[in-house]
Amino acid sequence: MMILIIKRVMMAIPSLIGVVVVTFLLTRLLPGDPAVYFAGPAATPQAIQEVRVKLGLDKPLIQQFGSYVFDLAHGNLGTSLTTGQPVITELRTRLPASAELTLLGLLVSIAIAVPLGILAATRPNSLLDHTCRIISTAGVSLPVFFTGLILIYVFYYLLGWAPAPLGRLDVFYVAPPQFTGFYLIDSLIGGDPQAFIAALKQLVLPALTLGAFSLAPIARMTRASMLAVLSSDFIRTARASGLSNWTVVITYAFRNAMLPVITTLGMVFSFLLGANVLVEKVFAWPGIGSYAVEALLASDFAPVQGFVLTMAAMYVALNLMIDILYGLIDPRVRLEA
Amino acid sequence: MKRREFLKSMSALTAVGAFSAPGIWSQARAQSRQETLLIVSESGPNNLDIHGVGTNVPGYEVSWNCYDRLISHEMKTLPNGTPYYDKNKFRPELAEDMNIGDMSVTFRLKKDATFQDGTPVTANDVKWSFDRAVTVGGFPTFQMSAGSLTKPEQFVVVDDHTFRIDFVKKDRLTIPDLAVIVPCVLNSELVKKHATAEDPWGLEYTKLNTVGGGAFKVTNWTAGSQVVFERNDDWKGGPLPKIKRVIWRMVPDAGNRRALLERGDADVSYDLPNKDFAELKSDGKLSIVSTPYSNGIQYIGMNVQRPPFDNVKVRHAVAYAIPYQKIMDAVLYGLAKPMFGAPEDAPIEVAWPQPHKFNTDLAKAKQLLDEAGYGNGIQEPIQISFDLGFAGVNEPICILVQESLAQVGIQTTINKVPGANWRTELTKKTMPLFTNVFSGWLDYPEYFFYWCYHSGKSIFNTMDYQSSAIDGFIDGARAAAADGDAAAYDKDVKGFVDLAFTDMPRIPLYQPYVNVAMQKNISGYQYWFHRRLDYRSFEKS
Repeated sequence: MMILIIKRVMMAIPSLIGVVVVTFLLTRLLPGDPAVYFAGPAATPQAIQEVRVKLGLDKPLIQQFGSYVFDLAHGNLGTSLTTGQPVITELRTRLPASAELTLLGLLVSIAIAVPLGILAATRPNSLLDHTCRIISTAGVSLPVFFTGLILIYVFYYLLGWAPAPLGRLDVFYVAPPQFTGFYLIDSLIGGDPQAFIAALKQLVLPALTLGAFSLAPIARMTRASMLAVLSSDFIRTARASGLSNWTVVITYAFRNAMLPVITTLGMVFSFLLGANVLVEKVFAWPGIGSYAVEALLASDFAPVQGFVLTMAAMYVALNLMIDILYGLIDPRVRLEA
Repeated sequence: MKRREFLKSMSALTAVGAFSAPGIWSQARAQSRQETLLIVSESGPNNLDIHGVGTNVPGYEVSWNCYDRLISHEMKTLPNGTPYYDKNKFRPELAEDMNIGDMSVTFRLKKDATFQDGTPVTANDVKWSFDRAVTVGGFPTFQMSAGSLTKPEQFVVVDDHTFRIDFVKKDRLTIPDLAVIVPCVLNSELVKKHATAEDPWGLEYTKLNTVGGGAFKVTNWTAGSQVVFERNDDWKGGPLPKIKRVIWRMVPDAGNRRALLERGDADVSYDLPNKDFAELKSDGKLSIVSTPYSNGIQYIGMNVQRPPFDNVKVRHAVAYAIPYQKIMDAVLYGLAKPMFGAPEDAPIEVAWPQPHKFNTDLAKAKQLLDEAGYGNGIQEPIQISFDLGFAGVNEPICILVQESLAQVGIQTTINKVPGANWRTELTKKTMPLFTNVFSGWLDYPEYFFYWCYHSGKSIFNTMDYQSSAIDGFIDGARAAAADGDAAAYDKDVKGFVDLAFTDMPRIPLYQPYVNVAMQKNISGYQYWFHRRLDYRSFEKS
């Protein structure tokens, strides 16, 4: 197992180097001149030049790249110009916000999609199967910002059930002391159940929004892979042996159908982190997605590079985790590795 | 089994959470709600110090409320009841009084004024802060130079509480320039402690900390998410503000900002789309204040160095083809001051902004094009460019202009320029046709024209307009203002306004409004030249 992990991490190094080079070049290729942008509304050419020198943008590209790599090696991702903070601290505070939301969204989605997929597979072409199809199609075809705005309109504006869409906590709550950065967990560790409830309330609508969006791939994949497994010989044998329906479907069929579902989950998790951008905008969520987009619009290089690098590292970690999970679910995969 | 235990403990915790909210807490929160002003806006500061590199406009609001200047402006009241800064009247803030001599101005500082850490404010702090503003480069240095404040030698410490500024030349804008945001006074000893060899002015420290003696201090700043201000109870710059705490939250989605206002969760917001403001206004549930930008105009610019707009007849034809009223109605929902359609016999006034005499008249536009030799129209499409950062207004304007120009035979395509790129495009001065807005802090006609029409290198002469005649008027007006020669000044101002309207390198459309929406129980909004909020005057009943 250890060897597998080390091997996978080694394999990730070239791709990370590639990501570093490509993001550096891409951000430099972007149209727009950060010096002009940050010199302010009434800048003279001289003022623009002063800002350019301060930002180090007057140096040749290769030298800029050299100092970027040097900083990177020292764990310094640079400083964002739009927010004025070091990128590394921003990512550290924002990543948990995005991750908490995405994980919860994924949980919501799994909780709905997996049972829906299983039920649809056991009764193909029934009314239930069609309902599953309609729900998942609707979920994926509605853009997330639209779903988000509709939910806010109905549950906050019209009904007043949901709290104001003002980020992770109501304005008059103090953030729980930081342990993991996940408010739900931190508030419990800190022994502040009020903050837990408040944080959970804030999470409900955005998590539902994300959940609705990711229903489709999970439900469809569960259904398809369950259908394949359910029609195989060992299921027929199990049924012939008189096992209960529950045992056949859940214990025998579902466990075998889980592999493709896990792969899909990994994929869905990564694209949810992307879809997050819009949800974060709508719910004023202080996550990394909105951070990266705002930086991009302002030609603010450092956060964009930091964001892409973090995401690349997360993909690597995620794929590694899925590979390990494979081994746990299906011992045959472990042997092959 | 483990899973079951986990689930049990979770539900137990949830139950504890639901029932353990003590009544006192919510009461305390209601109390603090009463003394807190909750502001929501689209974007927040990137730096708490206006002297910093690339401090954005929301950052100016922080500086304005957390630092004091030597002097500030008095308030006057507009006909609609809005308090508006009086550009001609100054009141002392850190200074006790101001004596303007022939070639210098002397201030006596308030003896009891202290910084927020308790150290007294001295003339040394003022000099250090002004030296910093004229030395750090970038925007602050540029803004200081607009009032002919350029060298540290100009700033003289007479004694601990007396400070003098020597003029390098006579300039009417020197005193007004001392009341803008940039010449704020910092706690120099405190900043020096945090200065380093690479950063002699301590910019890294002041970026994250407010170190002034102003009415508020920043106690929490989460970039891109919120800024929390607490009142400085020892403030000497004016009457103690009524609001104890200000929470400024960034809510990127305009629809949500409106929902927050309508549900009564937010107290103030000011950057909603015009349509929302128009609707909120007619609803009457909130108080809406609309004030025209001081010295600001949205316009259509034409590059006068290249055909076809090098021909003044074509420029006039475009000015007759603009659908002015449609823009006012469909894009701005009436929330702007028209800058077109002045009566034929109206004289040019000594004022700016003032409306020009063009109106939508397609027949006249066609006739002018015909005279210019474009009787068959212009088939090769011309690009109309706009800044995507303000697409909400710019895009519909460009579409309406495109439609209207097509009717007189000028074909156009629309070019959307991303916000980060817009400034770069402006500097190049190659866009043939575009819309943009310019507004100046200092509300003087010659200031506006110097930036927008003078043949010098200003990036806001976006039309690349070169005219020695207009340069003569502008320079004349600046000199006359400095010498106090009213007759010459009036003549020159009328001269450049008249020339700008006859040559028409840019077509003024309207003066935009600053729209602020507040709950009915909030009062005390004041309009300032910087167009941001002054927390010191707000009240909540």
